[in-house]
Amino acid sequence: MKKLPIAFSLLVAMCGYAAPSFADGLNSGDTAWMLTSTALVLLMTIPGLALFYGGMVRKKNVLATLMQSFAITALMSVVWMVAGYSIAFDTTGMEKGVTNFYSFFGSLNHAFLHGMNMDSMTGGIPESVFMTFQMTFAIITPALITGAFADRMKFSTMLVFMTIWSLLVYAPITHMVWSGDGGFLWDLGVLDFAGGTVVHINAGVAGLITALMLGPRLGYGKEPMAPHNLTLTVMGAAMLWVGWFGFNAGSAVAADGRAGMAMAVTQIATAAAALGWMFAEWIAKGKPSVLGIASGAVAGLVAITPASGFVDPMGALVIGIAAGVICFWAATSLKSMLGYDDSLDAFGVHAIGGIVGALLTGIFAVESIGGTAGSMGQVWIQAESVGVTIAYTGVMTFIILKVLDIVMGLRVTEEQEREGLDIALHGERVE
Amino acid sequence: MKMVTAIIKPFKLDEVREALSAIGVQGITVTEVKGFGRQKGHTELYRGAEYVVDFLPKIKLEAAVAASLLDQVIEAIEKTAKTGKIGDGKIFIHDIDQVIRIRTGETGAEAL
Repeated sequence: MKKLPIAFSLLVAMCGYAAPSFADGLNSGDTAWMLTSTALVLLMTIPGLALFYGGMVRKKNVLATLMQSFAITALMSVVWMVAGYSIAFDTTGMEKGVTNFYSFFGSLNHAFLHGMNMDSMTGGIPESVFMTFQMTFAIITPALITGAFADRMKFSTMLVFMTIWSLLVYAPITHMVWSGDGGFLWDLGVLDFAGGTVVHINAGVAGLITALMLGPRLGYGKEPMAPHNLTLTVMGAAMLWVGWFGFNAGSAVAADGRAGMAMAVTQIATAAAALGWMFAEWIAKGKPSVLGIASGAVAGLVAITPASGFVDPMGALVIGIAAGVICFWAATSLKSMLGYDDSLDAFGVHAIGGIVGALLTGIFAVESIGGTAGSMGQVWIQAESVGVTIAYTGVMTFIILKVLDIVMGLRVTEEQEREGLDIALHGERVE
Repeated sequence: MKMVTAIIKPFKLDEVREALSAIGVQGITVTEVKGFGRQKGHTELYRGAEYVVDFLPKIKLEAAVAASLLDQVIEAIEKTAKTGKIGDGKIFIHDIDQVIRIRTGETGAEAL
């Protein structure tokens, strides 16, 4: 998020509901781009992420995997409308430099989008557009987690988990980072343009906790669990790449030079990471795999997410290469070293890529682009913010899952898992 | 009457079928199968997870032929299915006790 428009938007939001007559300030160029970006980010989850993950699971679980992304899209839209948006972006009781309850949680004053009408504005765009744009972020973040627990989580429990997680983890982290003066991490000075902490570290760490609490898939490490259709995965990765322009360049909340720079560095970092993973794998394992280059591209997209809007093309090149190589190591060596079954590498790609991007943003930030120059001090702020995100998400996710485990159980039965979730949970099969 | 069962490489099927038609074989039955012989399987690698695939895709081809045609059939398959590399497959020959054409009730060599 860009600092100025948000600060302005808060002003607008604070007085805007009382006198909602800001339509005169509407910037039609910005609005057109944000309408487009919103559609692009939705495309990332359905069909992008759904296909990316769907291709990687075994044939007996493909519909269940697509269903998770699709159902989360519907569920999170409603949750965001009911309370998520208000918890994330309401600014009641917030004051710069003051840490109180509202530094972590927004009030419920805007529950059910109370006060949003056709004339209410966020900066130069209609609030309805800003709210829907942010809704697509609230959709993709929980959907990313599903990669960690693929093939074994109960669908009913997943729906309840995602609802609670969205309200108690996603919305508060968003609030801390993006709600403006008085937000806990905002006041700390974190640079997170499009969601390195909010989206990727958040989802990746939640994924790791879920994978650990569910335990590995039956037969993990003994039976073959090769992806059933990498064509779907490559199509999904390509859609993620395209949609990510809405995610990153859209996070400028404007159609301006900073959005243009965010788009350029997104492309550069993604390309560098795809090549980084491909060559690392080629050297280490003997062959440049299709799954590898696609995974590398996603790792690059993740890593440039916090940095876009702050770094220049040279910074992007380094961030991309680093993300490709480090995420390759995390998804192959680190995972087998530690033995957890993060089925589709939600942690290895999103948390690790997000951390690489968040820290390197502190080094490569350019003052003329985002108003902050890279420095060791900034790296420290970035590290603190990463630490807060990991700690908050880790502890909260653990508690939520622990309670749900007692109340309704997390995992499908052994027979259901053997039979496959498509038939066992949804009564359908792919062919 | 003989039943010729051949396991061949999938991409050789068309050549073999043409050669068999050319020498007068009236019908063949083809099944997609998986198996291993001396060629063994291969290794697949997905994000560092290594899977040894033991069974490779092959084509199983069956043709019932008159005993007099057998040598030509074997020669045709050998010639067309051969690449010289490991994994070209095998040919098995069995005796057939009886053949019946369902539509007409013809039996024996008439039914081939």
